[in-house]
Order: sequence, then C-alpha cells, then structure tokens
Amino acid sequence: MTVLTDLGIREIRDGVRVGTFSARDVADAFVVAVSKAKPLNAFLVETPDHAIAAATATDDARASGEVLKPLAGVPIGMKDLFCTKGVTTTAASHILGGFTPQYESTVSQNLWDAGAGMLGKLNMDQFAMGSSNETSAFGNVISPWRRSDGGNAPLAPGGSSGGSAAAVAARICPGATGTDTGGSIRQPAAFVGISGIKPTYGRCSRWGTIAFASSLDQAGPMARDVRDCAILLEAMAGFDAKDATSLKLDVPQWEAGLNASLAGKRVGIPKEYRVDDMPEEIEALWKQGIEWVKDAGAEVVEVSLPHTKYALPAYYIIAPAEASSNLARYDGVRFGLRDLPEGAGLQDMYAATRAAGFGEEVKRRILIGTYVLSAGFYDAYFTQASKIRTLIARDFERAFEQCDVLLTPTAPSAAFALGDKSADPLAMYLNDVFTVPSSLAGLPAMSVPGGVDKAGLPLGLQIIGRALDEQGVLNAALAIEERAGFVARPEAWW
Amino acid sequence: MSDYRIQGATGEWEVVIGLEVHAQVTSNAKLFSGAATEFGAEPNTQVSLVDAAMPGMLPVPNRECIRQAVRTGMAIDAQINKWSRFDRKNYFYADLPQGYQISQLYHPIVGEGSLEIEDGDRVKTIGVERIHVEQDAGKLMHDQHPTRSYVDLNRSGVALMEIVSRPDMASPSEAGAYLRKLRAILRYVGSCDGNMEEGSMRADVNVSVRRAGEELGTRTETKNVNSVRFVMAVVEQEAKRQIGVLEDGGRIVQETRLYDPDRNETRSMRSKEDAHDYRYFPDPDLLPLELDDAFLDECRASLPELPGAKRARYEALGITRYNAHVLTAEVESARWFDALLDAGAPAVAGANWMTGELFGALNRLDKPIEESPVTPGQAAELLALVADGTLSGSLAKQVFEIMLETGDAPGRIVEERGLKQTSDTGAIEAVIAEVMAANGDKVADYRGGKDKLFGFFVGQTMRAMGGKANPGVVNDLLKKALG
Repeated sequence: MTVLTDLGIREIRDGVRVGTFSARDVADAFVVAVSKAKPLNAFLVETPDHAIAAATATDDARASGEVLKPLAGVPIGMKDLFCTKGVTTTAASHILGGFTPQYESTVSQNLWDAGAGMLGKLNMDQFAMGSSNETSAFGNVISPWRRSDGGNAPLAPGGSSGGSAAAVAARICPGATGTDTGGSIRQPAAFVGISGIKPTYGRCSRWGTIAFASSLDQAGPMARDVRDCAILLEAMAGFDAKDATSLKLDVPQWEAGLNASLAGKRVGIPKEYRVDDMPEEIEALWKQGIEWVKDAGAEVVEVSLPHTKYALPAYYIIAPAEASSNLARYDGVRFGLRDLPEGAGLQDMYAATRAAGFGEEVKRRILIGTYVLSAGFYDAYFTQASKIRTLIARDFERAFEQCDVLLTPTAPSAAFALGDKSADPLAMYLNDVFTVPSSLAGLPAMSVPGGVDKAGLPLGLQIIGRALDEQGVLNAALAIEERAGFVARPEAWW
Repeated sequence: MSDYRIQGATGEWEVVIGLEVHAQVTSNAKLFSGAATEFGAEPNTQVSLVDAAMPGMLPVPNRECIRQAVRTGMAIDAQINKWSRFDRKNYFYADLPQGYQISQLYHPIVGEGSLEIEDGDRVKTIGVERIHVEQDAGKLMHDQHPTRSYVDLNRSGVALMEIVSRPDMASPSEAGAYLRKLRAILRYVGSCDGNMEEGSMRADVNVSVRRAGEELGTRTETKNVNSVRFVMAVVEQEAKRQIGVLEDGGRIVQETRLYDPDRNETRSMRSKEDAHDYRYFPDPDLLPLELDDAFLDECRASLPELPGAKRARYEALGITRYNAHVLTAEVESARWFDALLDAGAPAVAGANWMTGELFGALNRLDKPIEESPVTPGQAAELLALVADGTLSGSLAKQVFEIMLETGDAPGRIVEERGLKQTSDTGAIEAVIAEVMAANGDKVADYRGGKDKLFGFFVGQTMRAMGGKANPGVVNDLLKKALG
C-alpha cells in the first residue's frame, strides 16, 4: 500500500485528480506525520484545520464534477515569514510573539487560491537571519539527517528556511514555502537533500511577507524534486499591484516546459567559485555535475565572474542596512512585545522592548546596518557595496553572453552540527558564499541534490540562470536530477 | 534688495529669510496607501495596514500625488526631474509607525524654479530650490489621559510637498508675500487647498541676520508656523532676538525653534547637539520614479491659466494693472471674473464693478466669493442693464442691494419695483422747469458765471425724479434749459 506521506506534490495532485486516494486521506496522513515529528521542532504552529478544510473542499469539488485547481489536494508548510490571516506569524521572533495578522500574504493567498491547504507555520531563523536555524526564538530546528560515520550530534538543517527544509526532507509535508535573501532557500535545500528555487527578484510578491532586506528578499518553493518546485512556483508567482517591485509579467507554464535535454545549451563554470579550502567532496561533486550536464547534451565553458570575492562583504553591508530600517517598526507601540519598565519614557520603552524582543543575530545585524548607514560611514560602506552590487550584476550579464546557465556548488560544505559555527558569525556567513552573488544580481537560482558525502549527508548543486529564465534553470536542474538519481532519505528517528 | 533694516544698539542689520513650506497634496488617497485623507475624521479611522506599518506591508506610489507635485513644479517654471528617487529618513518616534519617513532628499521630483512676488509696488523674484514629495507623520495626543499618550495615525502617510525656497527674502512683508503667492499658485493648480488652519499648509521659517553686505549669519529654523501673519511675526521676533544675542557678544546656535503666538516669541526646541543621524538611504521597497513624456504632457495640458498669464490677458482687455492684480490674487476671484466675462459682461466695467461693488459687499457680509449671493450670470445681467441705459449707476446700486438680499435676478427686480431709468424728455423737462422755478436765485447765479452750480441742478432734478432719470439726458436738457 502507498504511504501517502512518501508522495510528492505531483503524485498527490495527480492521485487526487484520478481518485487513487482522497484529498482528505492525504491531509490526515500529513497531519499525523506533523504531530509525530515534534522532536524536529520544524513547525511553530500546526494548523490541521486549515489543511483538512482545503482537502474537504477539494473532495467536494471533485464529487460535484468540478475541474480541480492546480494544487487541489496538496497540503503544504508555510515558512513563518509569510503573514497568514488569523494564524500566529512571528518570523520566529520573540518581539512578534503572539502576533496574529488580520491579512494574508499574497504568496500564501495565491497558494490557497490554487487549492493548497496549510499544515502549519514553519520554524526558521529569526527574521530570516541565519544559515543554520539556530537564531529562532523558539529553538533550533533539528535536521532529520544523521551522519552515517558514528557522529551523532544533531545537525543543522541550514537556514533561514530550516524548518521548511527539515519538514520536506522528513516527509512531514510534500512541499513548503521558503524565502531567500542570500541563499535561505538553496543552502538549506542542499543540506537536507531536497530541491529549492529562488526565482528572479520580483516574480513573487513580497506583500505580506515580513521583510528582512527588501531589495533581496524573494519567496520560492522547496520540494522533493524539480518538477514539484515548478508546480509550486507557478502557483506562488505572479504580478501584484501591492508590491511596487513586483514584475508585471505573466507566469510561464514552467511544469509544462520542463525538458531535461540540454542539447544546444552552454553551461558556464565560474572559475572564481573554486574557493580556498573547499572540501574535496564538494569539488568532486561539482566535477560530477559537469559530466552530467555534458551527458545531457550541454557544452561546458569556463566563465569569469571577477567580482565574486566582493559579493559576501557587499551582501553583509546591504542586507543589514536594509534590515536595520525594515525592523524599526518593531518598536512596541502598535503590536507585538512591549517592555515598559517602571517610570520609563518613550525612548526607554523602545530600548527595553527591542533589547528583550530581538535575538543576538538580529541585534548584530541591526547594529551593523545602523553603523554602515550612519552619516560618517555611508560612503565608505553602503555606497561602495552598492557599486559592487552593480559590478556583480554586470559580471553575470557578461557571463551570460557566453553561456545559458551557470553550474556551481550550492554550499561550501555539507550540513554541520548544531552549535559548530554559532559562536563564530563570520564562519557562519561564509556558508552563503556561493548563493549570495546571484541574490545581489536578482537572478533565478536553484539547488538540486547531487549526492552524499562520506558521512552520508546530502550535497547540492546550484544552477544560476539569466533574469526571468526560471525555465532554463529548472531544465538544467532536471537534467542533473535525472542523472544523479538521488534517493537517499533520512531514517525516521523522531 | 529690500530696504528693510533693523536698527540695533550698534547699527543696522539685514535679515535673510528662507521658507520650507509643507503643503498637503490634494488627493483622495495617501502617498503610498489607498487610505482616505479627509480632514477632521475620528482618530485612527483613516489608517491602512501600510500606514500603521504592519509587518509585511509595502508602499505603492499614488500616481495622483506624483501628478500634483509635477503640475506644481510646472506652475513655477521649475525643472521637472524625469528620474527621482525615494529615500528613507530613519528615526524613532511614536507617531512614525515605520520608523522611517519616505522622502526625496537626494533626487527630488522637482528642481530649480522661481516665484514672482509683489511687495508693495516692488516686484521681486524668489528662487525655489526644489519640491520633493514625502509622507506626513501621525499625531501624538498627550492630553487625553493622565499618564498615557495616544497616537492618531490619520495623517500618517498623507502626501506632502516640501517646497524649499532660496534664502531670497529680506523682510517680513516679503516672506508674507511669498507665502501668499505660493498659496495662490497651489490653489490655482489645485495641488493643495492651502488651508493653513487645518494644517494642510505650514512653513518652517529659516532666519538669520547680518550686517549690510556681510556673509550669511548662522540661521535658526522655526518649525510648523501655520499662518501668514505668524510667519511675518516669526521673522520679526527671531531677527530681533538674534540681533540682541549678537550685540550682547553672544553667538547664534543653529537650532530648531518653535513659535508661541500667545507670547509672540520663538523658543528653542532642540539644538544641533541632539540632532538625529537620519541614515538616509534609497527605499528598497520602491523603484526609482521615472516619468515619461506622455505623463509630463498630460500634466502640462491639465494646468489652468496661471495668475501671470491671466493678468496679462485682463490687462490686454483694457483692465487697469491694479484691478488685474486684485482679480487674479486668488483663484476664486479670477474664476468668478472669468465667469462674468463668459456671461457677456463688458471687461472694464465688469472689473470695476467687481473690485468695487462686489468686493465691498462681500466684505460687509463677511463672505468669501465662493459664497457670493449674486451669481456671475446675474451680475452680467445687471451690468447689461446699466450699459443699455435701463439703469443708472445709482439705480444699479439699489438693484444690487436688493439682489444681495433676495438673490433675485436684476431684470425681475427692475420690473417688479419699477426701478427703470427714464429718458422721457417731456417728463424730465417738466421736472427741470419746476426745479428752476423753485431756485430762481441759483439760476441767476449760474447764468452770472457760477458754473459749479450745474451739479446742484443735476442733483435736484435726479432727486425729484426718484433717481430714475437718465443722467445723460438730464445733463443735456439742463444745459439747454439753463442756456
């Protein structure tokens, strides 16, 4: 008998359509799986009623002969960065503890409109700041993976979409939303052996998504395979008049356009992505990826992205600068936490509220951002970083004159143990070294599982495409996916 | 150059004045949200999720607010920047929900322009440095509860134009004339209602003093002054205060001050020492604003005839420079006069009548011209009755008084009350004969050379005719009768 929770989005969608199983059966199976998986700490809030209501609506629609919606019968997990009407939304922070929006983010609304139901709100790094899911005010998410070489320390699921990654990898939801500011979809996807795509900046509305760094934030799907990502992204994306940076474009039919042949395509290998001390296994995986795309018919060319080494410093100026301003609204006046010490004035209340409400990493970035924007340092930091950003975008444009997509590793290592890097913020930031440049340039980029390391932990390959060429990215990822034959999955120890 | 000087204990001083005027853009919706902007609504009834800065909310520029700023710039012949950008000005205050104000520090939508002012009989051009659009903040209410302050966010996010002048004004009256002229232009254009009592227009007054010919002194900025009179008072008081400080050997501190109308003085609000670092940077939620030619053409085409052009047109119709100025000073007067012309009234007589009779009457009734009991159509009819001889000047005055009271049309009043002027020579000659008979001595004096008595006979005749005789006919017949 089919284990319903082993099914991906396409399988569930098609199975519900043809009546192999009911949407309600699927929802029930995942609701049970979610409630059993509490040790992972992937969900902050469980919303079985939401998932079951959507499933019931799907079953009713099918019974009355209606044409089913694109995601009818598919329950998903929502990263807690998306505001969901009537459901607590905290961005995994204490300062928004208990905040219940009276509005629905555009991305989540698009998904409900497509027939999906919500299993719950997924844990994450606080305000999407972190690369290991250790900055959540509600505790770490624990990766469902365990090392096979005897090391038994709980592993980081990556971040900031760590709850989404862990939940999909653990088969407690077939797909989930993520957001990616500097790699927050791709790096955790790589860490847990699933797929995730950050689309072109502006494809998904940011309205109702709690802002980290507005010029970089972009929602995207995380799912078990490339096709499932295409299906989910089609439902999430689209123009939104409520977001001034939203792209006024129709959503392509990415699923229908999937094609694993790369004949006639050129795949670029950026030489600057060979960083010092890159683990041999990452190097080997990258070489393997090159062979796979060649096997799929692509020509491989070496390209240069000369400003790559400046990307990380530029990112860690721009993102905190925007964050320092975006997070100013959490002041204790209108919603969320208010800490009002005895006899305190307005300034004291701000200070006390923000000191108590924000975690260490968030405070660190607010301080960095405030510093780099301050009058005496603006030109030295923010202006320079903005210039680098322009140069990086130009690097990519030039590279794409020579090739159609770029192939790189997603992260410089496999998942590390929780606590390994949390004491050293700079070591943690280095995790984003491969994902940040394409974020600065606003380009679509995807991580797809390529294999496992010696300890049996997943490793991801990253495809970066031209602006708006999600199809090219998905196709290259599909070519790799078919050849990698990645079937490893974590044992259910929880 | 103004000759306004202040006599200090140690000699003469000049004043240098610049104004930053905040004008609320006339628009049904706020700058970045769809919320309403009506004045005087119950607190927090016009607040969208965006205005309250709820998590995940984003600003979307309101096209109408942008259009109004562009039209205003065009009205002062300013450079319109086809590329402008919104910055964030970051600071914490409870009436600023986002923790930043979206403004246009580095790349304003409107650049250099100018405004011509009349100060007495002097004409002067005042430079306008820029106009940028920005969001207003909310309002704190400290007097509603013994220990708490309340926040009203109705104004939060309302679009303001900040209109920054050059420090080109040199006297309180120039500052007053500038503000009045700017207000008039805004009202012509329809981009701001100019209602200073309701706070839709307010000025920050920058004042410094210097000895004649010396370099600019340190300035102070007096915030949120909300009437022309107060602006003039601020200039006067602040200049006197600064001169006093300087002559006592002190230094002027660059600071923000506020004006207390009850005591007619400015007071320090905060000094530069505790000035904010606003950490301006481009708003990452908004793309730069790019205006295309079609949009600019549409803005230009929608501009009304502005005061300068209107005045020239009126003068070309033979109207005196003074009257043309009076008629164009406020958009409502000009609109009324144009309607009068449209109704067929003769230009010069119409202008004279409006600036004399109508304005006098409205003054008496204490009514703005929009509430005039007499319509332009009725006034044109009245003027036509004068022109065709039906009414004499004095009869017209009588009819006008009745029109003001009853709102009736002049033709009907003339008809019903028999106020028609008569040119019946027989009747007039009969009255003249009676007047001459009753004043034989004066007839003799007149014939003896006392020409000035002619007016006396006109007056007597008119009185006897109940004011209804045609004065021209009376004149002619009297001359004939008196020989």
